[in-house]
Amino acid sequence: MTERLESREKVTGAARYAFEYPVENVAYAAAVQASVGRGEVLSVDIEAAQRLPGVLAVLSHENAPRVDSEPDGELALFQSRTVSYRGQFVAAVIGETLETAREAARLVRVEYAAEDPDVRLRTDHPGLYKPDKVNPVFPADTELGEPEAAFTDSAVRVDVTYTTPAEHNNPMEPHTTLALWDKDGSLLLYDSTQGASSVQSTIAKVFGLDPTQVRVIAPHVGGGFGSKGSPRPNVVLAAMGARVTGRPVKFAVPRQQMFATTGYRTPTVQRFRLGADPDGRLNAILHDVFEQTSTVREFAEQTATPTRTMYQAPNRRTSHRLVALDVPTPSWMRAPGETPGMYALESVMDELAVVTGVDPVELRVRNDTDREPESGLPFSSRNLVACLQEGADRFGWAGRDPAPGVRREGRRLVGTGVAASTYPAYMQPGRAIARAEPDGTFTVRIAAADIGTGARTALTLIAAETLKEDIDRVTVEIGDSAFPRASVAGGSSGTASWGTAVVRACESLRGRLNGEVPPEGLEASADTSAEVKNRDEYARHAFGAQFAEVEVDADTAEICVRRMLGVFAVGRVLNPMTARSQFIGGMTMGIGMALMEESVMDGEFGDYLNRDLAQYHVPSCADVRDVDAFWVEESDPHLNPMGSKGIGEIGIVGAAAAVGNAVHHATGVRVRDLPITPARLLPHL
Amino acid sequence: MRPFTYERATSAEDALNRHDGDAYYLGGGTNLVDLMRLGVETPARIVDVAHLPYDQVQLNPDGGVLIGAAVTNSALAADRTVREGHPMLAQAVLAGASGQIRNMATVGGNLLQRTRCSYFQDIAKPCNKRDPGSGCPAIEGEHHNLAILGHSQACVATHPSDMAVALAALDALVHIRGRAGARVVPIEDFYRLPDDAPERDTVLDPGDLITAVEVPLLGMPSRYRKVRERASFAFALVSIAASLDVVGGLVRDVRLALGGVAHRPWRARRAEEALRGAPATPDAFRAAADAELAEAEPLRDNAYKVPLARNLIVQTLTELEETS
Repeated sequence: MTERLESREKVTGAARYAFEYPVENVAYAAAVQASVGRGEVLSVDIEAAQRLPGVLAVLSHENAPRVDSEPDGELALFQSRTVSYRGQFVAAVIGETLETAREAARLVRVEYAAEDPDVRLRTDHPGLYKPDKVNPVFPADTELGEPEAAFTDSAVRVDVTYTTPAEHNNPMEPHTTLALWDKDGSLLLYDSTQGASSVQSTIAKVFGLDPTQVRVIAPHVGGGFGSKGSPRPNVVLAAMGARVTGRPVKFAVPRQQMFATTGYRTPTVQRFRLGADPDGRLNAILHDVFEQTSTVREFAEQTATPTRTMYQAPNRRTSHRLVALDVPTPSWMRAPGETPGMYALESVMDELAVVTGVDPVELRVRNDTDREPESGLPFSSRNLVACLQEGADRFGWAGRDPAPGVRREGRRLVGTGVAASTYPAYMQPGRAIARAEPDGTFTVRIAAADIGTGARTALTLIAAETLKEDIDRVTVEIGDSAFPRASVAGGSSGTASWGTAVVRACESLRGRLNGEVPPEGLEASADTSAEVKNRDEYARHAFGAQFAEVEVDADTAEICVRRMLGVFAVGRVLNPMTARSQFIGGMTMGIGMALMEESVMDGEFGDYLNRDLAQYHVPSCADVRDVDAFWVEESDPHLNPMGSKGIGEIGIVGAAAAVGNAVHHATGVRVRDLPITPARLLPHL
Repeated sequence: MRPFTYERATSAEDALNRHDGDAYYLGGGTNLVDLMRLGVETPARIVDVAHLPYDQVQLNPDGGVLIGAAVTNSALAADRTVREGHPMLAQAVLAGASGQIRNMATVGGNLLQRTRCSYFQDIAKPCNKRDPGSGCPAIEGEHHNLAILGHSQACVATHPSDMAVALAALDALVHIRGRAGARVVPIEDFYRLPDDAPERDTVLDPGDLITAVEVPLLGMPSRYRKVRERASFAFALVSIAASLDVVGGLVRDVRLALGGVAHRPWRARRAEEALRGAPATPDAFRAAADAELAEAEPLRDNAYKVPLARNLIVQTLTELEETS
């Protein structure tokens, strides 16, 4: 149990975030958003804005420096007249103060040739197409056996469609950049990012620089949930503004503007067909997904991929169909793919349990598999069944009456539900440097990111263990692209990827330590590219089981999650304290997904309407009564030197299904469209 | 930010003198400042009235209370007299906002909150309440949490206050100082329905200053119950302020007001009328609720509020009957 090393700095406000770096002569940016959902900018009238005292520059497609948009069309700021979605940045003001910049941005008059935006995802949209791949590199469609025929011939059939809404990541800290150009043409960025190295290389490309000319500093990041996994327009805007004005420029995206410009989870429509024998043994699984992308850049969420991993069935199919709408580009949000996909799979498994009369825990055990069903690869470790069993024991699942809608406590209906979780154990190549200092301390450097996960603490534990030193003698420095290149904090791969580089660097240093450390210190580095490339072929995934108990007011359809319990199998847990926080944080986000999170698309105007935290509901403390997480012992030699699997995302996977299944058990009503609000549930009670 | 002048009034007279007709009075600022940031409100002049000597809750000789307009929501909810004599009022205040906001928000400001309709809050979109004559996109757009009663072709917004719903049930009186002197307006007359002038939430004239809210003695059990999409920090889907006096199995007196259903706190007079003298039974409660909701005209996506309001009336009255 190690407390977060920077916890004192964070709670006392000493930890610096991107907006807080004191820089002399700094100027501020404010952006102008397109007020049409699709069309062209005809003209930009900046006269009134420029008249405002303190306005330094007004940027639009008419005068902005040219940049290379190849890496990501969303970064092609002010490069064309085209408006691809409402809320897209079409102009910006740089001012002496934030207030001046914002007021001037309001005074910029943009004329458009507007067209009606096409913003509604539907399964009969003529523009639906099969993407070449889904995020990051999975095939869009897969098929084994004769799924259609096997489904038709199955004794038990379930054929249902679920929908999940658009959801926004909403980290506490908005996307923020402070940009400074040096006289020598190099660019310094204090940025709120999940990956300093990737911002460095992407922004270098955008501005036609050598990566060595760009430095990105991000020691503390106030959350990201995937939305800071790639640079956003804020980085380009700040850098562009700084170049044009010759001043350092700060830009923090206001919360309302985040709903258009910093990514979100695509809405999905998912048709599931399960064919099974009367005992619930699966014979056919068909999972067909419909989702959206933008006209700017393709993002295809890998929603059906967990279905390829979870349960045995000889006949199976998954498919993804995408339509490019006049909407902001969707992107990564905590467990992209697994989160919406496992919501649907674990809900339909519950429906199959109800139809067959097989206990939902037993149904999952019955369909467990020791090889990944579609790849045929052996699992490096798979302890789904152990999680289900330990979770059932801890939760008190035994003796559960499966009948839905029969447990009343006064006016309240009570029910329980279970769902499985899974998330891949990814690993990315990276580098690290370890130094022995002459005073007997050690310093490890790597351009990793701690977005609130506890990564800095975990890496310090890993370094100390490898060096066989006390943790007090080891400092791990992260969040700076000047340090050895590291992968993004994404795909729950941070600790595995960075930790391996840290272990190898520390091992190398230990090998060279021979008595006294020279005055200049001793240094060793590591590059894990070859190690990552040459791993044996295994299906590597974490698993888990989540249990929820809900009460539903029969008069009002208010839902309260009384308790929630997760048990996970994630290899070796490196720091129980921060690991538990990751699990219960993910589960809490899952409660939000189940019951309240929904970005509402306005059909007429084409933007997400509920664009602040008063209107976009995430769980409050009062919604989270009793959430706890445990893990089973799991020893897996095929992962990495630490024996760990990623833990940042699996907590949200399956959580919404566990809650939804409990709501069904309580009420007998199956709401297949998230979130399950009183408006959706009450008409059926 | 647009430049504005800030002045702190030293007395009601001083506040009235400083108000030029277009100025805004500032209480806790928990709604006005948000709306200024959004560009929805653009005052040139702000007169701070939060420090005027209206920060007391006084017990009146008749058992009612006089609540100063500058009393914070937190202080009101914590006041012993209010908690004991008018529990529904304390409960309503605590059902709103968050602890931090309640510490700042004043009674006068709470009454004058603007709607949280998404279109009202986005200056890039039409809204008849914000920009008269520009249209109401909510009627065909997103309105799942907007009005089912008393709305018009011009506006389907709801009033966001919880406190005002309890005050409506309590027959509260709003004490106002204006150019023409002091006057007292019953809270039901204080709020307007939107009709064709939704830009006006209340009957206040420019420069009018709320100095106090008077709540007469209630003398019967009461409660406030709020249904929302999360357990805290969310506006009501439907809320109810209810009070019930049962003698010999018959309803002697009843008060009912609904929140989240209309442009103003909705005093359910028809239901009250149906209940007075009727047996205090769930069937009678249901019939009364139906009488009130017969005139509901839900929009495409908020019809669920009709059964929700009905069930809430029945549930709350039943609980009051069981505990009385």
